Amino acid sequence: MMIQELIFYAHSLVLVLAAAMVITVRNPVYSALYLVLAFFSAAAIWLLLEAEFLAIILVVVYVGAVMVLFLFVVMMLDINLVPLKEGFSRYLPVAVLVAIVMAVELLMVLWSKGRLGVDMFPIPAPNPEGYSNTRALGELLYSKYLLPFEVAGVVLLVAIIAAIALTLRKRPGIKTQNPASQVRVSREDSVRLVKMKSEKPREV
Amino acid sequence: MLTLAHFLTLSAIVFSLSIAGIFINRKNVIILLMCIELMLLAVNMNFVAFSRFLGNLDGQVFVFFILTVAAAEAAIGLAILVVVFRNRQTINVAELDDLKG
Repeated sequence: MMIQELIFYAHSLVLVLAAAMVITVRNPVYSALYLVLAFFSAAAIWLLLEAEFLAIILVVVYVGAVMVLFLFVVMMLDINLVPLKEGFSRYLPVAVLVAIVMAVELLMVLWSKGRLGVDMFPIPAPNPEGYSNTRALGELLYSKYLLPFEVAGVVLLVAIIAAIALTLRKRPGIKTQNPASQVRVSREDSVRLVKMKSEKPREV
Repeated sequence: MLTLAHFLTLSAIVFSLSIAGIFINRKNVIILLMCIELMLLAVNMNFVAFSRFLGNLDGQVFVFFILTVAAAEAAIGLAILVVVFRNRQTINVAELDDLKG
């Protein structure tokens, strides 16, 4: 029981510090890297909650794909950072105030005397040996949630097509091949047979 | 003893931090997108914690769908960002006022 609390507090500390760095650091590249750290700590905490499949998905999909996409875009764009940071100190007091008010409100709900029923959930027993979180999730996903699962696939397809369609550009003035017209070429376009009389050899 | 309130507290703190991030980085679209990802992470942590403490896997299925939609959102958002930068040479939100009457 003690080791679990140690893991929880260590990773919570890293998560909160990384989240604070994401929003305060000057360079968006560092911001993305701190976000990777935040996702890693969150994945560890999800492992503590025995959501093994989602923890691995968080690392593979988020850290491996989405954050790399962020890093690609941040490094591809040549951004002038100076105008983007103006107003940082101007909005800082408001931001701190709103964040503190919001956190205090949420924590009052959680830690007030009656706790609004949050403490009525007992601490669950750990899953038995041989229990597979992935298998249980898959059985639920392919039976009860089959239709939403298919719709999620369509959402991803739409995202692929939209991202490609948005960033595809046609630049004028460059020489490119047109595969359609290459395929459409017929014999008549390039070869012309001419009827003519046979030539007589010149007399010597 | 790790109770449900511990996990909900953590996600409340992360959510508040990302709210603050949206306030102080309101010029930079990339950091705004990252703050949205952080918010979704906090919400997902609530789902996972409740799923664990209620003994019900439906919450984890919801996290699965939220991750799907968040990935699609990040892909389209970054594509829009690239197009905007290509046309305007800036991603400063304050300069994107073409729709202003």
